[in-house]
Formats: sequence, structure tokens, C-alpha cells
Amino acid sequence: MNLRGMMAIYRFEMARTGRTLIQSVVSPVLSTSLYFVVFGGAIGSRITDIDGVPYGSFIVPGLIMMSLLQLSISNASFAIYFPKFTGTIYEILSAPISYFEVVCAYVGAAATKAIIVGLIILATAALFVPMRIAHPLVMVLFLVLTAIAFSLFGFIIGLWADGFEKLQLVPLLIVTPLAFLGGSFYSIQMLPPFWHAVSLFNPVVYLVSGFRWAFYETSDVGVAISLGMTLLFLLACLGVVMWMLKTGYKLKN
Amino acid sequence: MQPAISVRNLSKSYASGFEALKNVSLDVREGEIFALLGPNGAGKTTLISTICGIVRLDRGEVTVGGHDIVRAYRAARALIGLVPQELTTNAFEKVGDDVAFTRGLFGKPADPALVERILRDLSLWEKRDAKIMTLSGGMKRRHMIAKALAHEPRILFLDEPSAGVDVELRRDMWEQVRRLRQSGVTIILTTHYIEEAEEMADRIGVINKGEIILVQDKAELMRSLGRKQLTLDLVQPLDAVPEALSAFALELADGGGKLLYTYDTQAGRTGITTLIGELQKAGIRFRDLQTKESSLEDIFVSLVRKDA
Repeated sequence: MNLRGMMAIYRFEMARTGRTLIQSVVSPVLSTSLYFVVFGGAIGSRITDIDGVPYGSFIVPGLIMMSLLQLSISNASFAIYFPKFTGTIYEILSAPISYFEVVCAYVGAAATKAIIVGLIILATAALFVPMRIAHPLVMVLFLVLTAIAFSLFGFIIGLWADGFEKLQLVPLLIVTPLAFLGGSFYSIQMLPPFWHAVSLFNPVVYLVSGFRWAFYETSDVGVAISLGMTLLFLLACLGVVMWMLKTGYKLKN
Repeated sequence: MQPAISVRNLSKSYASGFEALKNVSLDVREGEIFALLGPNGAGKTTLISTICGIVRLDRGEVTVGGHDIVRAYRAARALIGLVPQELTTNAFEKVGDDVAFTRGLFGKPADPALVERILRDLSLWEKRDAKIMTLSGGMKRRHMIAKALAHEPRILFLDEPSAGVDVELRRDMWEQVRRLRQSGVTIILTTHYIEEAEEMADRIGVINKGEIILVQDKAELMRSLGRKQLTLDLVQPLDAVPEALSAFALELADGGGKLLYTYDTQAGRTGITTLIGELQKAGIRFRDLQTKESSLEDIFVSLVRKDA
């Protein structure tokens, strides 16, 4: 196993975050803080509790999840797309490092960055609304699994994209709507039966629900189902990534 | 002795259907400088990219230091350093950090002293903290060489390394290549400056239309395929070569003012004395004469034309 090679890629990616600190950390923290001010403070004060949780506190897990999955996708997709775009991918392809090691390094770095931002948002939220975490270990488990799963998904997008427009296409047209309709700002129990059923096809629902359970022990679907769906999504993404790398999809002629 | 690189029946076609390599077989010896020459699109870069693992092979077998590039890719790739043709850089990185990154990528422990030595050898030490995007074209090229050397490879591929590099820097670069060869590194280079291959290489390989058409020791190649040409500067221009001289391989040039005689340097008799005697008999006088030996470039051009 080429551990030094993996660490080289991991450190390279983490160093990139340091150079783009405003874009990587400050920007998501600022936008999430605005959500708290608008939804938690201004609008939230006029909304009754949901499942016994004040509205401002209720949206915290959803907002963290939304940022986490969007950042995981953008970090990982850009990390693998940029060397393809500049041509420096030749170095990775000619190095004595396996595909699995390459994925672990890139996805590990993307997930780490997303988790750090997620934790910063959590700390920021504590400044705006009262909060408690009933099951810290479960919270961390969901945080880590979601970051890895969506970093893998981002890696797929980065491998597939052959232009900056395509790199933005899936996050904008699919991920953002799914994130907004995933129960971040509401409980899907509040929806009419038809839309409730439709929501169950949205993978983000399971992430938000499981994550929220770790905070307030209230959820839209069972926590075991949430965990199972998250794992299933992670494994499916890993399978697709490994297939793409083994066949050299858009990487090797 | 086991070859540094052994290529057997290698074939590669691209999705477009273009057959870039056709049943190529080639051995590169340990410690030599091997120059791979060929016109644009001949398959040089595809061959190098396949050996390095950047392009997938369709058929055939390649070993590097005895390690199969597919089954034992880690051991094979660990031996190889590659300077690709295109100037592709991590533009926002610092020169020193980027060289150290490559060393780590190849699984080697950090060695700041080695990185410093490589950067100093390539006159880049002063630029170690500069972002790569601020370097000139020649410096970027040297930076790519520094990266290729960072993991102390035993085999170095230089794909058009002197393209866009000024004369002085090019000389420094070739001096570095000579030093590497002295330390036992096997070097495979492609270049459009054929005089460089003539000066540097131990052996020459010529590839055209995806096929290796010749692999030979450089000195032997120059001897066997080298021709000499005698140029006679005539006093009176000729309209045509006289019938009496048809036994000689003669051509007219410069509007009939020059008579060219091509002869084989390896032949026992060059025929020059007989030709001069026949010229006198035919009343053809000349005011000057000179001889010119064919260069590797002439040999290369004639080989590729013959294969066209």
C-alpha cells in the first residue's frame, strides 16, 4: 500500500483549502448564518414548535446537512476535475498508487474539509439558537458517512465532467433541489400524503432525518432506515467510482 | 543482461479507430540514452504514455526493470520518471512544494536535501518559493524535469524536453542528462532537434505510422546508412548529364552549374578517381569540389520517406 502517496494527495488537497479559505470556509459559514437569522430568527419566531423542538433549533441539523453535502460534492468534484483540466492528472496515472488509494486520498480530503465546515456551522448555530445533541456519536457517524458518500458522488461528477459547466450542472439542477426538498426546513410529516410518499424517494430525507434524530430524538423515518440508506448510497457511489477508474472512463484512452 | 524496458507486440488503437501502435517490439538497454525519432503522429508519445501507465494497451506485453506494467504496476512505475511533452503544471503551487509532492506520490519519504540538490542542479533553487505560474516557459520545463527526478527514478522518459527552451538552457539540460546517464539512469528521449539525438544518443529508434522501422546503434547507423556526396562546381553549366557519364549516380543542381555525385562510404571503391577521369575525357571542367557526409537528420528523413 502506498500510504505516503495517499498522504501526499491528501495534504495537497488540504493545502488548497488553506489558499482558498474564504471560498472554502468563510462563505458557507456566512450563508448558513444568514439562514439562521432569516429562518431561525425572523420567520422562526412566528412558527410553532415542531415535534416539541423550537423552529430555529429544528432547522440546525438540516442546514448542517445541506452545507455538508454541497461542500462534499464541490470539494471532491473540483479536486479530480482540475488535474484533468490542466493535464497534471498524468502524474497521478503514472504513479505507483492504486485506484482505491487515489479515491481514499481525494475523498478523504474532500470529506475532511466538509466535516470541518459542518462543525464550524454547528458552533455558529449555537450562537443563534438553543441546541442539544442527544446522541453525539450517532451525530458524528451521520456526519462522517454523509461527507464520504457525497464526496464519492462529487468524485463521480468530477470524473464525468468535461467542462466547468457540467461540473456545476448536477449540483445545481439535482442536488440543490433535493437538498431543499429533503426536510431541512420542515418535517415531511407536515406534507400531504402524496408529497410525503414522493419525499421518501429523496435520499436527502434520510440523511436529515437520521441526523436530526441524533440531536432531538425526533425523526421522519426510523434511524436504522436512515443509516441503512446512507450506507447504501455510499456503497453505490463507491461501486460507480471504482468502475469508472478501472475502465479508465474519461481518464485513460 | 535484462533490458531496462522490454516491449513485445504492443498494439494500441484509439476510440476514433486510429491505430497508434502496430505490433511494436523494442528493448531499451540498461544505462543507455535511447533516442526515439519519428514524425508528428508517428506514435512516440502513445508508446511512452503506454509504458508509463497513462494510456491503456490493447495487446502485447511491456516490462520495466523486469516488472510487468499491468500485473506489477507499482514496481514498474516506481522505476520511471516522466517529463511529458505538454507543459502541464500545478500552476498555483510553489516550486519546492510541488517537487516534494511528487516524491511523496511515488511513495518516497520526504528528503529536503535531495529536493534542494535537484532544484540547484536545474537552477531553480532561487525560485523554490515562487508559484509555478510565475515561471518562464523554460523554467516550467526544468521544473517538470525536477518533478520527474524527485523520486530518484532508474528510467527517465523525456518527451520533447527541449521544446521552447532557449539554447543556453538546452545545453544545461543536456549536461544534466549526461550526468544522469553517468549515474546509471536509463534515458529515453524524443526530440525534434535531431542534431541533439545525434550528439547524445547511444542508440536510435525510428517509429513511423505506429511501427518501429529501425533500431540501431547510432555509430553503426551512421556508418551503414550514411552517404557522402561530392559536389563539383562546373565552369560551364550543363543542360543534362552526358550519356558517357550515365554509369555514375549523378545529378545536376543549381541550374546545371553543380554536379552532385553520391557514393557509399563503406564501398571498397568510391569511384571518384574514375569519375574525374571520365569528366576530363568528356571535356567537363570544374573550378571547385567539396564533400559532405549525411547527418542523422538526412538518414531520418530518407528512412521516413522510404516508409511513406
